[in-house]
Amino acid sequence: MRTVQAVAWKEIQIYFSSPTAYIVAMIFLALASFFFVRDLSNPFPQASMSSFFQGATIILILLAPTLTMRLLAEEQKLGTIELLLTSPVRDWEVVLGKYIASLVFLLGTILLTVYFVILLVIFADPDFGPIWSGYLGLILYGAAALSIGLLTSTLTSNQIVAAVVAMGILLVLYFADFAAGTLTGLPATIVNEIGLKSHFDDFDRGVIDTKHIAYYLLLTSFFVFLTIRALESRRWR
Amino acid sequence: MVTQDSKSLMIHATGLTHYYGPYAAIEDVNFGVERGEVLGFLGPNGAGKTTTMRILTGYMPPTRGKVTLDDFDIVEQSLEVRRKVGYLPETVPLYTDMPVNGYLKYMGTLRQMPPKDIKRRISEVIDVCRLGDYRSTLIGKLSKGFRQRVGIAQAILHEPEVLVLDEPTIGIDPIQVVETRRLIQELGREQTVVLSTHILPEVSMICDRVLIISEGKIVAEDTPDNLAERLKGSEQMEVEIGGPVSQVLPALRALNGVASASHRSIQGKEIYTIQANEGEDLRDDISRTVIGAGWSLLSMNTMGMSLEEIFLKLTTHEEL
Repeated sequence: MRTVQAVAWKEIQIYFSSPTAYIVAMIFLALASFFFVRDLSNPFPQASMSSFFQGATIILILLAPTLTMRLLAEEQKLGTIELLLTSPVRDWEVVLGKYIASLVFLLGTILLTVYFVILLVIFADPDFGPIWSGYLGLILYGAAALSIGLLTSTLTSNQIVAAVVAMGILLVLYFADFAAGTLTGLPATIVNEIGLKSHFDDFDRGVIDTKHIAYYLLLTSFFVFLTIRALESRRWR
Repeated sequence: MVTQDSKSLMIHATGLTHYYGPYAAIEDVNFGVERGEVLGFLGPNGAGKTTTMRILTGYMPPTRGKVTLDDFDIVEQSLEVRRKVGYLPETVPLYTDMPVNGYLKYMGTLRQMPPKDIKRRISEVIDVCRLGDYRSTLIGKLSKGFRQRVGIAQAILHEPEVLVLDEPTIGIDPIQVVETRRLIQELGREQTVVLSTHILPEVSMICDRVLIISEGKIVAEDTPDNLAERLKGSEQMEVEIGGPVSQVLPALRALNGVASASHRSIQGKEIYTIQANEGEDLRDDISRTVIGAGWSLLSMNTMGMSLEEIFLKLTTHEEL
């Protein structure tokens, strides 16, 4: 566990010492503010975070992969992976450490948007149910997005490729429920259930359904697991 | 060496083979390294040195073959092996956006050193590698020579039983080369060191024993002194001559420049092995003598030529 901690801590420090992460956080907050304000500028505004949550799911498709793209691609580019993998460290410890680092950074960024909630409390009387459930959903959604980015970062030494491929996978998953609309019967159900977005909307409505929590946790563990296997396979290639 | 009891050996490799696709980087490589020995892998670029080092450190498994390190199998008990090894890869890969001491602390933690040992060892290796003035400098800002020192510092940080150094003196300036060699010699007194180089004088300065590797195969194994002897020493030839042995042999021995000549019969062929003195090329004289005497010259082979060729590809002097 000390190794996981060391890897995570090192990556977190690098996040804070590199401009990329600040830029990512800044863009996230700027876009999130835009979505938040857009909803409030209606003639009959609602004191809700829904517009922000909906917007955030799209922003995360672009920003989560930029947080994870460096994590393993750079190690392969610089060759530092050679020293990492010849240290007495298990592959899952490396992967978990890196994943935790990206998750911590994302949580930090999301935490900054609590500012919006404070504004709502000051100027209106929001319903807290959908806000907390929305945040839970957003965190789960972000966690899944990061795990996909981590996998693609393991598969290439090119950070851009890692990010773009992850964005592609995320977009496909995001728009899966659109595709489901063109299908009928069982295939429609399956495609719809795979979709990232269809599981998010209940959280936004204030519904916490274990089905959706299980979906995101499964998706995340699946991709983290694939990442571990992908890293292991480097030894055999 | 390999035939010895493997229990006494620190590293024991048998039948080591590694393929990159269809291309064999190393093929059927066997060697042993004794505890406390400094073993050098000498060979031209692309001979398979780095591949061997990577297998020894557990970075990648061999396609075939088996290596034990302190009786731990390198594939099956990879974690135990990795705990005992300190490694300096050829390209000295370092995190450029970390400061020297931060990096060393990180590597120490990865090697599961107790925190108080990490602190003590960092200040020790910073002294040993003379990094004192640069302990909080970002690695990315250091010159190649200093990065090399950081690379060595991380390799020896956890006081590994085995030190694997891949081309430890490549790309650094001459003064640093001398310092690095001295450092390796010091380390070699207590630790088992395996290093690779393509510079011939380097092995004679540092190593107890040398393996010469070329095109993925070990072609010679000896102490540096003996190898140097073989390099400049006599040349051996095998000549098949049709003629009465009792006359041919004395005639060959009588030639100027022949150190010794011997004869053996293989399936009716009369083979003569001739040792020439240093630097003598006897092919011309031998053929003239044989033809002149009315015998027939059936074949002539220069032995050890491959070794010679390998040496030619090696850097035999310091490039300053």
